[in-house]
This record gives sequence, structure tokens and C-alpha cells, in this order.
Amino acid sequence: MGITLDAKIPSGNIADKWDKHKFESKLVNPANRRKFTVLVVGTGLAGASAAATLAEQGYKVKTFCFQDSPRRAHSIAAQGGINAAKNYRNDGDSVYRLFYDTIKGGDYRAREANVHRLAQVSVNIIDQCVAQGVPFAREYGGYLDNRSFGGTQVARTFYAAGQTGQQLLLGAYSALSRQIEQGAIESHTRTEVLDIVVVNGRARGIITRHLITGEVKRHMGDAVLLCTGGYSTVFFLSTNAMGCNVTATWRAHKKGAVFANPCFTQIHPTSIPVHGENQSKLTLMSEGLRNDGRVWVPKAKNDKRRAEDIPEAERDYYLEERYPSFGNLVPRDVASRAAKKVCDEGRGVGSSGQSVYMDFRDSIKRLGKQVITEKYGNLFDMYHKITGENPMEQPMRIYPAPHYTMGGLWVDYNLMSTIPGLFVLGEANFSDHGANRLGASALMQGLADGYFVIPYTLANYFGATTLEKVDTQNPAFGDAENTVKERLNRILSVKGNRTVDSFHKELGRAMWDNCGMSRNAEGLTKTIEHISKLRDEFWNTVRVPGDANYVNPELEKAGRVADFLEFSELMCRDALSRNESCGGHFREEYQTEDNEARRDDENYCYVAGWEFNGVGKEPTLHKEQLVFDNVKLTQRSYK
Amino acid sequence: MSASTISVTLKIWRQKNPQDKGHFETYPITVSTDASFLEMIDQLNGDLIVQGKDPVAFDHDCREGICGMCGAMVNGYAHAHEKATTLCQTHMRSFKNGEEIVIEPWRASAFPIIKDLMVDRSSFDKIIQSGGYISVSTGSAPDANATPISKIAADHAFASAACIGCGACVAACPNASAMLFVSAKISHLAHLPQGRVEGKKRAAAMIDRMDELGFGNCTNHRECEAACPKEIKLENIALMNREFLTAEFA
Repeated sequence: MGITLDAKIPSGNIADKWDKHKFESKLVNPANRRKFTVLVVGTGLAGASAAATLAEQGYKVKTFCFQDSPRRAHSIAAQGGINAAKNYRNDGDSVYRLFYDTIKGGDYRAREANVHRLAQVSVNIIDQCVAQGVPFAREYGGYLDNRSFGGTQVARTFYAAGQTGQQLLLGAYSALSRQIEQGAIESHTRTEVLDIVVVNGRARGIITRHLITGEVKRHMGDAVLLCTGGYSTVFFLSTNAMGCNVTATWRAHKKGAVFANPCFTQIHPTSIPVHGENQSKLTLMSEGLRNDGRVWVPKAKNDKRRAEDIPEAERDYYLEERYPSFGNLVPRDVASRAAKKVCDEGRGVGSSGQSVYMDFRDSIKRLGKQVITEKYGNLFDMYHKITGENPMEQPMRIYPAPHYTMGGLWVDYNLMSTIPGLFVLGEANFSDHGANRLGASALMQGLADGYFVIPYTLANYFGATTLEKVDTQNPAFGDAENTVKERLNRILSVKGNRTVDSFHKELGRAMWDNCGMSRNAEGLTKTIEHISKLRDEFWNTVRVPGDANYVNPELEKAGRVADFLEFSELMCRDALSRNESCGGHFREEYQTEDNEARRDDENYCYVAGWEFNGVGKEPTLHKEQLVFDNVKLTQRSYK
Repeated sequence: MSASTISVTLKIWRQKNPQDKGHFETYPITVSTDASFLEMIDQLNGDLIVQGKDPVAFDHDCREGICGMCGAMVNGYAHAHEKATTLCQTHMRSFKNGEEIVIEPWRASAFPIIKDLMVDRSSFDKIIQSGGYISVSTGSAPDANATPISKIAADHAFASAACIGCGACVAACPNASAMLFVSAKISHLAHLPQGRVEGKKRAAAMIDRMDELGFGNCTNHRECEAACPKEIKLENIALMNREFLTAEFA
């Protein structure tokens, strides 16, 4: 098919592109905006900020979330902070440095123009959030405080204790609520989107299922915004919420939206380790902790002594040793791989041997317990509750866990997918973080897309397009609704003997082992076969009780897992086709002598965009070559 | 983390829909002490599904104590007995072998039961919609450091803003009052200079909405504060009353 991935990057100097593009974009007259209906799927940072802002401007907006309130979207769980190039510390930060750090942190697999725009609008985000009443941490003088995060040498991260995501989301939710009260937004909660409706090549609606009444409904829109987050729950165990899923973006993919870099997933280095078979999720310990926690393992293999009994000389502070300039604050992919390496060497700690220490002893000595409590109190409490161990008295034990997905639907500079009228914001798109996201940049991107990018690019779409009149009686709506209903019935009619969770766990395990922190061709090939078999087994033996006419959480889960059983195959194929290591994508065949990722810029400096050809069929690869006019590609070094 | 198991007897409220009268059912279960409370219910549900029975419906999402989606009365305590802990963060190691555990949904007329342990808390959203915000549109904000805000005020605001909207305060209150929830939002914004502008109007609007939605009044039982997983302080209610009274007679 004739797909070409044209990123529509504006011409001109990198620093001027966005201003130039904004000026050249079409506008929609305020009086005409109410004629446009915008469907916003997902109410996390990207969705809530987009919906509120578009409604303020006069568009008719409908929001959809599967939770019982927009305030519960998973952005709420982000802990550490949000980056912005404010340079309030006077320590050498600038828009250009944030841009540079993000491109480098992403291992040169992100699009320069998007990232520069992200760095530019980062400063406006902080202003907007403070005006909304977001209670960021402050110094005694009354000015905003900052902390430092991985992969940077400046302190540019704004935070609200360990609950930054919560406070930012409550800010966006408050703006959203104000517009709901004014009648500018129609909010649909406990409503899951199960298909995208495409009419004459344009996204013109969605099909939803209400999770209480079971009602399947059609919604018409002039544009659809997918703000549905990432797909880390493909691994079953992840730091994401139980409801996070790939369904909306996967269904859009099946309708023609190209999926980009699905194998770029982020494994966060500091999660509480796995405890047992019945575990349902992994809890993150914020990267912010690495400012004061020192990561180490014993120098000797199988050292079963308690941490406090191991003398200083017999401890290996491996991050500080190996990466003296960044130390414990190396980027996430580097820290995760280093932890895996020491555990694989038999130097891991805890009963499973699958964890490393993050030790606050020295910081407590230097700063006192009170300062440490102020900075990290809630995280320490959370750790204590989950493990029964007190990090004030003994080091935390941590291990990497799936956390964020850099891959997502392909979008151009305007955040529009390959389906005209279908826009993708936040973690759901692929655009800004390349092969590895730096800490405190997810919140930044979600809000940048929603508050400051989409209001311009959506107006440009409406202003430049003549949209035909479409209503929900259009046959495309009927077809999509039938597909959704048939699939629900098909799931219910299997009546087998295996639970949905057991499939999800088996898939997750296979993906973690073979398409997780490190990958190789043999494992990936094997896993593609495994997934195909598992998919067949699912459709023949899954057991979903009840019916589709009232509350049925097993039916919801089954639909999501069925999508993961298709999507995971694409992840493996993407990982298999990228014969290099970069960022979170580590192919064992491609590493340097000292086990660092070996990139291949000559052959793989592109975005891999995949076109759907049918379930179990080989997808078509479309490449968007990445052009670096400003940043020089080098071997990433944090030594 | 020492893995051992305990055997407990669960008495769970089962109710098909809002019309159903509902009843308790008893389920024995043996579970790892490292499991969270919700993982224990997952395990029960897995067993029920395989036995061809209807699994227990319950709300949950982040399972790290921040989204506010989960919650149930456990042995009479909202979010179980542990202080400052949501249900998802409660672990089975805090229960005893052989214990009977009674699990019920939040009970309040403003939170109608949907099914089993699931309730409808959309009334909380409606209260926020009535005025739980600062009326600032995107793009009109001055530089973030233009107005210094004392650390003390910012810390107060943060402590109130930590509310997760779970509804435990309402469930714990004999009057099913939402005053702790409402006052937390009013207090969060009232502590900040940018929130002061609409302070009195906000308090009046939110309290009116709360009354309309059928929540009860505060008669100082202090159960809300004891039940709150985020330790939202009762003094917020005093601040709210001050805002409300001065709004009424301003």
C-alpha cells in the first residue's frame, strides 16, 4: 500500500521551527469552534490537558475513560517529577540542553524537531501548573525547588514530594472539571473504547462499551485523540495499573494506523523485587531516590551475609565505579542492565538473588533522618508496607521492572497518525523519547502535547480540511459496532477452562524472558511461535464467566489480553528486525566489549513503522529515516 | 519478606446489582502472607471462575495506593485496620491465621452499590465540578516563580492535596458526610495565593453541591480522619467552615 511516513517537519532552524509552524498553521475562528466535536480517549495528563484546553477554546469535547473518574488515570502514579528548562538553579540549563539531553538519552532514535519543541514548551507547563494550584515543592524563600534526575547534570526536575504525577493530574482534572461544569465537555467514565470508526479514510468516531450497563455505543467526532498511555502490562507484571492496556491503539493499528518502534520499552531500574507467583503488579521506587541512595551488591558471589555485616571494602558500588561522572544517576536503561548483569553473575541479594541494594545509610548520616523523611517519606512508607522492611534501618532491595513504553502509534510533527483525523498524544505515541526515556520526561510530554501542541495542530487540521457531514447511521459505524459485538460474543462463547489471568501471566513471562531487558534472535523467534500457539489456545480454552449485559471485569480483561496476544507478536518482530542495540532495546548479539549497547547508525537510524496485514501475518515495515542536523551522533557515554 | 501462608475465612458481601438485596457468602482461603489484600481476592476469583461461579466484583487499578479506585470495609474498618494504608497496600501478613475477615462495600446513600464491592462515587466528581479548581485557562499563566509562596503554605496545601478521592471518609462516617473530602480540596486551594481569589465562592458552591448530592453533615465523630489512607487532617473542616461562614455573611 502507498504509505509513506512523512513527518511534516517544518523547515528552518531548529529553534524557530515551532514558532514558524504555529504562525503558518490554519486557525479556526472562535465562533466556528463549537461546530467541531473532538473525542478524547483517556483522561491522564495528555487527555485531560488536551480536553480542558480544547474546551476552553470553544470546541465541543467528549472524554472517555475506563476508570470511575477521570482523576484516576495512571498518570496519577508518577512519582518523581517533571522536567523543565527553567534554569532556576543557574546551573547551565537551557532549552537546547534539555533538547540535547533528551535526544542523547533516547540513544539518537527520536525526532529532533519534536524533541526541541518539547523542550521549548516545558517552561510553559510549569507556569500553567503553578497557576492551577499544583503544590510543587518550594524552598524557604518561597521559590520553586528542583531535584536532579538520571541522564542529566543539571537540576531541572520540579516535584511534589513523591507524588508529582498525582498533583499534576489533579491540576489537569480540575481544569477538565471546570469545563464539564460549564457544559463544554461531556465526560464518559467507566467507558472503554473498543474500536475506531474510519469514514472515507478519516477517523470520524469510536465505538465504546459502558463497563456497568454493558451498552455498546457509537460516538461521532470530527477528530479522535488517543491519549491512552502505554502497553507495559503486556509483561503482566509491570509498574503500570492493572487496567492499562494496548486496546485502543491496537484497534487503531488494525484500522490502518502505523505502529512505530513497538520494541522500545523501558525497564525501570528501581522497582520493589518480585515476591511470588500470585503477585499482580510491581511497585516502583522513584528514580529520585538515586539522588541519595547508593546502589551496590557484595563483591563476592553468593554472599548471604546481611547487608550491615558486609564491610565497606567488600561492597561493589558498581554504578559509581563504572560510571564515575553520572554515578548512581545514569539513565534507566544503563542502570537496569547493570543490575541484571551483577545478578546474572550471582551477586544479587535477597532470597531470590534477583535484587540489588539501594542504600541510604550514608545520606542519613550526612543529612539526618528528618531531611530524608521530608524528601522520600511516602516512598519509604510504601516500601515498608509492601516488604515489611524499613529502609531507614536496612538498605532497600530493588530490581528492574517494565515501566514505560517509548514505542506507540506513529505520528507526524502535528501528532497525527497515518489515519487523518486520528491524533495520538502522550505515552501512546512514539515520538519524543527515542529508544529510552529520561526520568521526569513522561509528565512533561503528556502535558506538552495536551496543553501546548494539540491546540495548534488540531486547529490546523480543521482549518485545512473540508470534513463531510457524517452521522452515526453511516455504515462504517454499523460495521465497527458489529465487529465489537461479535468479538465480545466470541470471547464469551469459548467457555473453556483457563482463566484470562493465566494467559496473561504466560504471555508476560515469555515477553519478559525474551523481549524484556535483553533480547536475541533465537529467543524472539521462539517467542513469536509461542505467542501464536498461545493465541490459538486462548480462543479455544479461555473461560470468561457471565455475560456482556452488566458488570463483567473478566470480559474486559479478556478483550485486553486478546489484543496483547496479537500486539506482542509485533513487539517481537520489531525487536527481531532491529539488528542493533540502542537504549532499552538490547540485542545480545550487538554489544561492545564492555557490554554497552552497540548502535548501528548506518543501517538502523530510522523509526520502524509497521503496517498491519492481518493477525499472524507478516506486517509491512515502513521506515522514517531520522535526520540529525543539530546533534552529533556519538556512542552514548556516561562514564 | 518471608513467604509463609495463612488460612482465613472470608465473609464477602455479594450483591448482583443495585436492586438485589444482597447477602454475605463465606469462602475459606489459604494465601501467602506476602500477598496484598487484592491479590488475595484475585486468587479467590481465579478459584471461583474455574468452579463456574461468579467472581467477586471490586474496583482497583494502580495497586500502589494512589489512584483511589480500591476500597472496602474490612472487619468494620475502611481500607482494613492498618493506619494510613489503602486496601491495595494492605498485606496479608497483617492478618492472623484462622481469622475471619468480613468484607463489605462502602455504605452511603450518595455511593450506590453497583455490584458486590463496587460502588458509584461519581458524586465526588460532581462536587469537584462545582468549584474545586482555580479558574485559569491554558496559556494565561505568569512565570511560575512570579509569586513566592512560603514553604509552610505550600506544604499545607500539599498535605491537603494528597487526598486520593477514595471515599473512605464517607464510608467511615456515621453520617456518611463528605466533609473531609470537600474540605481537603477547599483547604488545598485556600492555602495558595492564586487560590484565594475564588476562595469563598468555591467553598459556598462545593458545600451546596455536597448537600444536594445527599451526603450527611459533620458531627465531630472524627472517624473520617482515622480512616483516611492519606492522613488528611480534620482541621481542614474547620478551615472550610470558616470559609463558608464568611462567604455566607460577606
